[in-house]
Amino acid sequence: MGAVAAAIERKIRSALQPASLIITDDSAKHAGHAGAREGGESHFTVEIVSSAFEGKSRVARQRMVYALLKEEIAQGLHALALVTKTPAETN
Amino acid sequence: MSDVASRIRDEVGSNDVVLFMKGTPVFPQCGFSAAVVEVLDHMGVRFKGVNVLVDPEIREGIKAYSDWPTIPQLYVKGEFVGGCDIIREMYSTGELHQLLKDKGITLTEAA
Repeated sequence: MGAVAAAIERKIRSALQPASLIITDDSAKHAGHAGAREGGESHFTVEIVSSAFEGKSRVARQRMVYALLKEEIAQGLHALALVTKTPAETN
Repeated sequence: MSDVASRIRDEVGSNDVVLFMKGTPVFPQCGFSAAVVEVLDHMGVRFKGVNVLVDPEIREGIKAYSDWPTIPQLYVKGEFVGGCDIIREMYSTGELHQLLKDKGITLTEAA
């Protein structure tokens, strides 16, 4: 796992205590694309199941995640596809 | 309010459906923007595309405006609805259809 993926994992785990967390690095699919960078780790899909999302709109949930990963986004994390669900919504 | 914020406010205030995107509706230059265009086209929604790649001020300004760090961003009647993941999800659950209907947006979907 690269440094960016590790930071994403650490920050999300500690703030949201997810029941499930899947981080996929899609950077290879975007090589050569404008937002890609050397060394990859520019494009991720992050699927989070957490009770911290309960009662929150989709926009509010994603804002929570963006806020946690503010530094990574500022440093070149170019694309973040997010799936944010509560445990009850995964059935 | 900064100049760019008032430009954005004018844009989303004078067009019912506005998509801030990379590229144009005819030639999107980012897969996420393309995905939202595809949904809107499929639903038969008339919208205005704003290409942030040709306007660096808007490109940064829109992120502050909505407190949302990524593009694309969809606005309906001045209100921020979401980015690509949210639009795709709302489309698949039927919520996007409902939202547009509730806001009085005409859809020409053949369905």
